[in-house]
Amino acid sequence: MSSGKGGELIPSSSELDLDRPNIEDYLPSGSSIHKPVGKLRLCNLLDISPTLTEAAGAIVDDSFTRCFKSNPPEPWNWNVYLFPLWWCGVVIRYLILFPVRVIVLTVGWIIFLSCFIPVHLLLKGHDKLQKNMERALVELICSFFVASWTGVINYHGPRPSMRPKQVFVANHTSMIDFIILEQMSSFAVIMQKHPGWVGLLQSTILESVGCIWFNRSEAKDRETVTKKLREHSQGVDNNPLLIFPEGTCVNNQYSVMFKKGAFELGCTICPIAIKYNKIFVDAFWNSRKQSFTMHLLQLMTSWAVVCDVWYLEPQNLRPDETPIEFAERVRDIISVRAGLKKVPWDGYLKYSRPSPKHRERKQQSFAESVLRRLEEK
Amino acid sequence: MGNTSSMLTQYDIEEVQQHCNNAFSQQEIVSLYERFCQLDRNGGGFVSGEEFLSVPEFAVNPLSQRLLRMLDGLNFKEFVAFLSAFSPRATVQQKIEFIFKVYDSDGNGKVTVNDMLDVLHDLTGQFISEQQREQVLTKVLEEAGYNKESLLVMSDFVKILGSSGLKMEVEVPVD
Repeated sequence: MSSGKGGELIPSSSELDLDRPNIEDYLPSGSSIHKPVGKLRLCNLLDISPTLTEAAGAIVDDSFTRCFKSNPPEPWNWNVYLFPLWWCGVVIRYLILFPVRVIVLTVGWIIFLSCFIPVHLLLKGHDKLQKNMERALVELICSFFVASWTGVINYHGPRPSMRPKQVFVANHTSMIDFIILEQMSSFAVIMQKHPGWVGLLQSTILESVGCIWFNRSEAKDRETVTKKLREHSQGVDNNPLLIFPEGTCVNNQYSVMFKKGAFELGCTICPIAIKYNKIFVDAFWNSRKQSFTMHLLQLMTSWAVVCDVWYLEPQNLRPDETPIEFAERVRDIISVRAGLKKVPWDGYLKYSRPSPKHRERKQQSFAESVLRRLEEK
Repeated sequence: MGNTSSMLTQYDIEEVQQHCNNAFSQQEIVSLYERFCQLDRNGGGFVSGEEFLSVPEFAVNPLSQRLLRMLDGLNFKEFVAFLSAFSPRATVQQKIEFIFKVYDSDGNGKVTVNDMLDVLHDLTGQFISEQQREQVLTKVLEEAGYNKESLLVMSDFVKILGSSGLKMEVEVPVD
């Protein structure tokens, strides 16, 4: 189906429908289309209650919106004894911890820039040395970032080894996912190009670890990006690619469908599962509610960011599997490890409408049952 | 979002409860308010058609456009009243009234054969031709004692749908 175009990062609507798993398997039972029998009568045609019930059910609660709902930790300061304690905590966090962290981060940046800029400019000829130093420096600045929110991170599993034809995939909760993983081992990442200071960082420092940019809104972008991905993953000396196949930040309790782009590169896939502990702060970056700066400030004024990272067993495409099935299998592995519930929605539905094919499937099913019952006596 | 139930006073909750004829409990109304605020992203006090369509499960529903005409611009009180037909406490009569309103797009209390053809078109899309739709509808109408010029009113709907065990309920999640 897609072999001609060499795969896409963002599935076009026609490909999405041919290969995606059956949504009806995921929707609550009873809402999948009624299977009526017997002769067709007027009351059968006029009774639109099943369809209406599905619509009302979606209005009242739906699995897609749940994926992007911020669930902050429960407030515990609600009585006379705990409130002063909480107030002391606020004072310590904002007036002591926060300034200290800002200082730590500033020091980190100074060290980083004073090493990075010379290395970048002076070591132009010595590629290998330059690359290794820049990688080490990026790992350093990421460690400083993590320290600036007092990140308590438990890494489980063997550290990723640098081998060619290896791609890492992880579930996505916030842009700090990248920082947390980068501090342990250097990855090249593929990211949406952001405006502002983040964009500046992306085009200068992250270039040195070999990052690839995409633009969600540009259609022609997909093919160039896929080509770049493929080239990068074949290169021996490049940092291993880290891809977030969900394509968007999800609230760390659910996982949305994985895009198949990463799974079509002919590489071994090493899944990484990331689970944040909401005990002190909710690490989900709700891009609808906060800018990244506000999100970072929120992290820097909380006690700590606690999370677990699991490096899971590398997986390969099985001979009888399509890339979409492979993507779902890896999503399953990651979701089980990180305790996430799977939903059958494409993360990009945050920005666009679902394909008409889903509605058409329902219409077709109903049409067939009407015509079939018409024949019965 | 913050503590949304503090924006809804006890007085507000009771007013909404009255407006929907006690179809929902007070807890359910609080949950529905949280949901309403979640959907009303620009905080305008009503949920626009676009905001409803951003729920993929709703957007793929064949009757979404019809329902949007009834839903667009509703404030919270009217939103709850709209959903009251789906409460387990709603009577069969109320459910049939809702279905009637979905059919009766011009709101004149009469459902024409064209209205019924339109809904059938929404439900079956391009998978039944216009001719076949007319054929099917005429056949079942005549078997039920109506014809192509019939105008159905509420009592007709009650007669046709009242005995078929209408199941139209939605559960409001309450945490």
